Amino acid sequence: MTATILLASTSLSERFYNAFIEADRWKLYLDGLVVTLEITLFAAILGVLIGLVIAFMQLSRRKNGKHSIFSLLATIYVDVIRGTPSVLQLMIMYFVIFSASPFSGTVIAIISFGVNSGAYVSEIIRAGILAVDSGQMEAGRSLGLTRATTMRKIVIPQAVKNILPPLGNEFIVLMKETAIVGYVALQDLTRVANLIGSRTYDAFPPLIIAAVVYFIIIKILTILLGKLERRLRKSDNR
Amino acid sequence: MITVKDLHKSFGDLQVLKGINYEVDKGQKIVIVGPSGSGKSTFLRCLNLLEIPTSGEVWFEDVQVNGKKTDINKVRRNMGMVFQHFNLFNNLSIIDNITLAPVTLKLQSKEEAKENALALLRRVNLEEKADAYPAQLSGGQKQRIAIVRSLAMQPKVMLFDEPTSALDPEMVGEVLDVMKELAESGMTMIVVTHEMGFAREVASKVLFMDEGLILEENTPEQFFAKPENPRLQDFLSKVL
Repeated sequence: MTATILLASTSLSERFYNAFIEADRWKLYLDGLVVTLEITLFAAILGVLIGLVIAFMQLSRRKNGKHSIFSLLATIYVDVIRGTPSVLQLMIMYFVIFSASPFSGTVIAIISFGVNSGAYVSEIIRAGILAVDSGQMEAGRSLGLTRATTMRKIVIPQAVKNILPPLGNEFIVLMKETAIVGYVALQDLTRVANLIGSRTYDAFPPLIIAAVVYFIIIKILTILLGKLERRLRKSDNR
Repeated sequence: MITVKDLHKSFGDLQVLKGINYEVDKGQKIVIVGPSGSGKSTFLRCLNLLEIPTSGEVWFEDVQVNGKKTDINKVRRNMGMVFQHFNLFNNLSIIDNITLAPVTLKLQSKEEAKENALALLRRVNLEEKADAYPAQLSGGQKQRIAIVRSLAMQPKVMLFDEPTSALDPEMVGEVLDVMKELAESGMTMIVVTHEMGFAREVASKVLFMDEGLILEENTPEQFFAKPENPRLQDFLSKVL
């Protein structure tokens, strides 16, 4: 009788104490967060690099709409990545492609998410460049500048302003997407929360804690991106 | 100076130019008029290869513009172009718009280019806008800057593709004035326009184009007073 009353009356603060402070569990969240951020950061960098290459491969499509070999390869890549779930891509990378490789799970996850993100980033970059009025390129060319120079000095600086907001969004999506790395035995923030829940027989507090941490990081990212975007616009139109 | 031989241009199945032959001499001011869709702009854009001719030849001085081995960027340095929608570089200040090409192509030093640009801006009374950005200017100001930007390359010929068509009526005059002054300075000009007054006043020859062909070519006096082609008569009765 007394025992049941005790259990039922375990206060919310005690439950959170158990999930966070008890046995220094906060260190586990911190470790998990480091894994999440590590994968997100390096995958984002890899994604932008791949995205850049793929975007320019796609833009090599001829004026009459026919594919060049580069644009064809790029289109296939984007189609395949967009057409399959990222959790499957991650498992295929981990259990098939890199199963015999010396790479750590984190590196494989970075590659997998980088390759995944690259497809989306390439579309963002491509759209951002195409959104710049074609008259800008024509004006540059009519002055005798080469296509590459006009791209570099005129089109791309203007495209950056189109690209930045959706690219920031892509980073945010990417960070949340990394929550699936638990599938390949990596201990990221989500996985850690899950493990602590099964240790304390109380899933609610650790999951809420993890959610709040994700939310805060993404909120900070959003604010920083907003600032950067405003600054770029200011230097443009004043 | 510019010779066009049997120029054809198609976009897919659509034949836009159906065999244009024409010759422009140094110092001439050629004004091209005609209904929309007649191929005027396409013709102009074929001259500096913004459109690639389907067949035929375009010569500039002794270079075949659409020749396989021609470095088109070199040719374009000598052919300025002014667009209907100005196409000023939105990410650059006015002075940078003007100096970008001559400096990047190493035709002028930075200081030299800047001095030239300021002198040109003075000529169109826009010196105080040197540090402004295109978004801060009116349409008429943008177009005058666009003309100056082309002139900064010291071209031998200037192509104008409906330079006043996107302007509010009260700004047309200021742009035409700059063009008239340029004409008086001896520049070779090819102008596609709907401004009949400009054609009458400035042109050495007026061309009438319709359905991809030059249907009439004459001095402005004859062109407007005694149009021969029935389609030109019809066209003039509508626009004058």
